[in-house]
Amino acid sequence: MIPQTFEYTAPKSLEEALQLLANGAKPLSGGMSLIPMMKLRLAAPDHLVDLGRLKDLNYIREEGGALHIGATTTHQEVTASALVRGKCPLLSQTAGGVGDPQVRNRGTIGGSVAHADPSADYPAALQALEAKFVLKGAKSERTVSAANFFLDTFTTALEPGEIVREAIVPVEDSSTGTHYEKVVQKASGFAVVGIAVRIKKAAGKIEWARVGVTGLSNHAYRATAVEKALEGTGGSATEIQHAAAMVAEGVDANSDLHASAEYRKHLAVVHTARALLAALARTA
Amino acid sequence: MATTIAKPELLVGKRLRRREDPRLITGTATYVDDMKMPGMLYATIVRSPHAAAKIRSMDISKAAQHPGVAAVFTGKDTEKVGPVPCAASLPGLRVPHHYILAPERVYFVGHPVAVVVATDRYVAKDAADLIEIDWDVTDAVADPEKAIAKGAPAVHPEWPDNKAFDYHQEGGEVDKAFAEADVIVKQRITSQRLIPTPMETRGVVAEWRAADRQLNLYSSTQIPHLMRSLVAQMLGLEENRLRVVTPEVGGAFGCKLNVYAEEALMGFVAMKLNKPIKWIESRRENFLCTIHGRGHVDFYEVAAKKDGTITGIKLLIIQDLGAYHQLLTPAIPTLSVLMMPGLYKTANVRADIIGAFTNCVPTDAYRGAGRPEATHGIERMVDILAAELKMDPAEIRLKNFIQKEDFPFPTATGLTYDTGDYSLPLKKALGIAGYEELRAEQAEKRKKGELMGIGISTYGEICAFGPSPATAAGGWESATVKIDPSGKVTVMTGASPHGQGEETTFAQIAADELGVDIDDILVLHGDTAIVQYGIGTFGSRGTAVGGTAVYFALQDLKAKIKKFGAMLLGSDDVTLSGGVVTCNKTGATKTLQEIAGATYRAMTLPANTEPGLFATHFWEPPNFTFPFGAHIVISDIDRETGEIKIRRYIAVDDCGNILNPLIVDGQVHGGVAQGLGQALWEQAVYDESGQLVTGEMTDYVLPRAHMMPWIESDHTTTPTPVNPLGVKGVGEAGTIGCSPAMVNSVVDALSPLGVRHIDMPMTPEKIWRLISAGGAKA
Repeated sequence: MIPQTFEYTAPKSLEEALQLLANGAKPLSGGMSLIPMMKLRLAAPDHLVDLGRLKDLNYIREEGGALHIGATTTHQEVTASALVRGKCPLLSQTAGGVGDPQVRNRGTIGGSVAHADPSADYPAALQALEAKFVLKGAKSERTVSAANFFLDTFTTALEPGEIVREAIVPVEDSSTGTHYEKVVQKASGFAVVGIAVRIKKAAGKIEWARVGVTGLSNHAYRATAVEKALEGTGGSATEIQHAAAMVAEGVDANSDLHASAEYRKHLAVVHTARALLAALARTA
Repeated sequence: MATTIAKPELLVGKRLRRREDPRLITGTATYVDDMKMPGMLYATIVRSPHAAAKIRSMDISKAAQHPGVAAVFTGKDTEKVGPVPCAASLPGLRVPHHYILAPERVYFVGHPVAVVVATDRYVAKDAADLIEIDWDVTDAVADPEKAIAKGAPAVHPEWPDNKAFDYHQEGGEVDKAFAEADVIVKQRITSQRLIPTPMETRGVVAEWRAADRQLNLYSSTQIPHLMRSLVAQMLGLEENRLRVVTPEVGGAFGCKLNVYAEEALMGFVAMKLNKPIKWIESRRENFLCTIHGRGHVDFYEVAAKKDGTITGIKLLIIQDLGAYHQLLTPAIPTLSVLMMPGLYKTANVRADIIGAFTNCVPTDAYRGAGRPEATHGIERMVDILAAELKMDPAEIRLKNFIQKEDFPFPTATGLTYDTGDYSLPLKKALGIAGYEELRAEQAEKRKKGELMGIGISTYGEICAFGPSPATAAGGWESATVKIDPSGKVTVMTGASPHGQGEETTFAQIAADELGVDIDDILVLHGDTAIVQYGIGTFGSRGTAVGGTAVYFALQDLKAKIKKFGAMLLGSDDVTLSGGVVTCNKTGATKTLQEIAGATYRAMTLPANTEPGLFATHFWEPPNFTFPFGAHIVISDIDRETGEIKIRRYIAVDDCGNILNPLIVDGQVHGGVAQGLGQALWEQAVYDESGQLVTGEMTDYVLPRAHMMPWIESDHTTTPTPVNPLGVKGVGEAGTIGCSPAMVNSVVDALSPLGVRHIDMPMTPEKIWRLISAGGAKA
């Protein structure tokens, strides 16, 4: 690790951090993406503000029918939390499959979301959960939905000086079934494709479905065509296959050494069907 | 003073934990990067970003003036340093001059062109970024088949055909065998480039003591003494003024069986600046600039009779050499030729090798070095032949094996196989697997369209390198055993290890021979100022050659101990056993400690005997050894995604006598992990312009613990007569036996779809495409 010279500040308060960020500093959370880029000198920030030590950004609490997860909460803390496991199992399962134990112990939900890697796991679940993000700047605070947050590869709705302060996810109805299905890129631990699914079933019919997709394109998205196709059906194998086939429709799929666009799309279809079946099996 | 404890219990063959492990797993071992010296400076190397280019100009002024920079050297400064050496020789071999810093032209991405030396590594790197180079980029070629095609860009302008050598070897009557064959099968089989990736990258610390005219070189290497000879030559330094120290080596797998530009370069810089210099290779540099392994494109033809008897083998190897020859680069594919008949009794073989220059980092020895390629080739071909003749793959192997009574067996490639009973491990492995039941299960599954595979490989390998006439730098090994006046024992081996556990196994040998407690034995290695000249650890030679040298040194020492014991007991009729010399008539005894004290006090000496207890033995092996075994892989393929699941992995290895079953299991496990790495995941990918696409751990898929199957490991034991320990070697066996078993398993699973061969790595996408293409036939 031989980066360029940089200044490092571990602020004592969020206000201090935001002031430094307003002056052009770069936020550091778990460092799971930024540090490797600095190591290769692909990123060379002059000034790093370490949010990881801010205790008041590390929390998981239930408020008003939703879970609020502070930005510096690690993947390990999310997956190990009994509250998250009980009330938002999709997020718990997703966090438990991020990278490897080292990454899960260092990496944070705020850092992952703000970095917006197109192959990261969290965004798929957060799209399916219709999560909201509280974005905070030195003089501002606003709430943005996941649908409006992930804009492009490594590009989000964050303005300069803003950080993700917390993620808000719904407390799941006990009758809702969820599942995250991931094809792992074995070298990096990222998702070749990742499919996060929630299904609400009532009176033998699918009331609604939510499908979040990562790894397939420039940013995580909701496969609304799949969701619509499932609504009102009984969720038979045929209906699931039919709906899953729409997951990659109109998507300009990524292609790299690990999977061509064609194979990625195929994997997305197969794993959407598998995720739907698994989620359906968990509906009450 | 502690007492040397006599211990009659024998340790050889026991499952002892490795004595070196506590320091390794508690983080207290010393590696090159742990070395700190007063006034030490740090070096960063500036490397070419282009695969082929000329340096129009280089401006180092900003870097040289950067605060904290001690010096910048370029290829012009180091032109007089000798070239990076190649020890291999082949008839007509073209050897490009391999400068330690390229003065004018670069031949691969990562080629060093300058070195910046500064007060710390951060300053050095900052300054390196200030060097301005005007590159004249030329066309590159990164694929060996394209390199030898007409019109390819010349890697070295003086040899436009990109051929470093043509090699031919032949035995028996090949044309006749093919003319009279009932069936001939042909297949193109590749063995992709792999990146060895030891946990510890390379590193060098160079310390010049001008007043003593002494250069101390600390390097993470498998061959400290050879490095000393070669680097001294490169630097024009007297060999006895160079000391090479090898602290802990964090893995090597063959990639540190080499002398690289950086060792001489750091020596050069230290001597120029009269300061200690440290250079530690980054992971990216390790991927770009340390040798890669494999890089074969093979064309096989096998001739056979209707009953499955193999009558002839033809092989053309196109070896991707990279841009230069490192220490053994051109020799590696010749090892593939030596082992091309495998375990089969075929008198007729013909092999050709074309050594192709490419604009890539050189290939060289990587775990198995030429033998995995050979085994993969012949074991795939035997399966292809079995499929062609609709024979069972186990049956065709049993039919063609060299038989137990045929040993010593002269092969068509000029070797003499020492001992073997090849059906033993195969039958044992088939038994463990439950072969008949598995075939029945497979037949049922096939009816349902499920893809299940059973893959067999029966490998043979050549180990214990090796008789000196057959090796590049001498194939013997050395050992010294000395016993201090207090009776404590020190073993010094020339076979400097890098994870083989010699501090345990060599101590086991010494403990048994002398009859002392293992804790009274210290095993030293890896310092040319302490240890007598040695060769090193590679080619599964550590125990079979190095351990044998220890054994013989111990015999010399035991004779001397008996002599002194006899003198002290006043009797010629004595026995040495359990660390005690006993008079056979009176039963009077003298302990090793008492005898050791007497040899150094030397109040009286036996006739014609020197004082002290010290013996050195250089042992020259009369032959290689030839271990063998059978691996079986049961796999299930996900028809929808192409994912391969390994259900079971069975490894039955015969490496002769086993000194320590725990260490042997570890070697098999590690070898299998790297074999599966090649079969399923790993590949060094260069794009057309010679950029390494898999330049980071995030893209190069290394096997990890959670990706490993449970390995059902077992053994048969066929000792070798080549050495008195009866050991054959096992360091590379797992890698060699593994990849064909894995590929044979997946090909077997896909055979109902008409699949006959799959090149490695067998990525899920590759398998999915084969399933999609063959779906109609299912």
